[in-house]
Amino acid sequence: MPLYESVLIARQDVSTTQVDDLVANFQNVITENGGSVGKTEIWGLRTLAYKIKKNRKGHYVLMNLDAPSDAVLEMERQMRINEDILRYMTLRVDEHETEPSAIVRNKGSEDRPRGRGRFDRDEGGEGRPSAGRPSSEPAAATETPTVEAAPAEAAAPAEVATPVEGEAS
Amino acid sequence: MSEQSSAPSRLSFFRRRKSCPFSGPNAPKIDYKDTRTLSRYVSERGKIVPSRITAVSGKKQRELARAIKRARFMALMPYVLK
Repeated sequence: MPLYESVLIARQDVSTTQVDDLVANFQNVITENGGSVGKTEIWGLRTLAYKIKKNRKGHYVLMNLDAPSDAVLEMERQMRINEDILRYMTLRVDEHETEPSAIVRNKGSEDRPRGRGRFDRDEGGEGRPSAGRPSSEPAAATETPTVEAAPAEAAAPAEVATPVEGEAS
Repeated sequence: MSEQSSAPSRLSFFRRRKSCPFSGPNAPKIDYKDTRTLSRYVSERGKIVPSRITAVSGKKQRELARAIKRARFMALMPYVLK
């Protein structure tokens, strides 16, 4: 039987015990259809990178499955019906990873901003971060400013009256 | 300043070609769950950085792009950062 890896996001309003029930329910579906569930990781309540159905957070669960495709299809069908499931993704994998996944390993230090934007380029004011910096100033903080972009940035507010950076702020 | 490895400069002729960070022995595996690694290959805006800047090999860049898109779908990474 093929190996799958399934990640689901449950709504933020459901409690952790409800998430456990939900996961047990889906595991039941898999086993009933002739599959088996390997490692199950509950990543807990994580902040979503963007809002999904007005939810800012979600409970993440990862399941390693060894199941026929019918079982996976049935599980996905029930996930679509279930309103507590915001999103799911099942991928076929060549082999399951047995040690804790990267999410669990990086937990605790994930909020620390580290090495962000190492390869960032200055793209003519389009990618201006609104981090409290006034938009008229040229971004001297970016590590590798391209040769053309930096003087053009500085000259733009002086000679061109149309505020190009206005939409970024 | 004799070896400018990261900044593309027209003055330095002998810019050492960086090798792909995902190739070779004990290279990190590209995994959509590993947002720590993936975030190094998106711009400040959240866009995927082209491989000519990051020196990721073509094959690995496709893999990387796929992983980033998966991470975006599962809301592990943002589609746009402002």
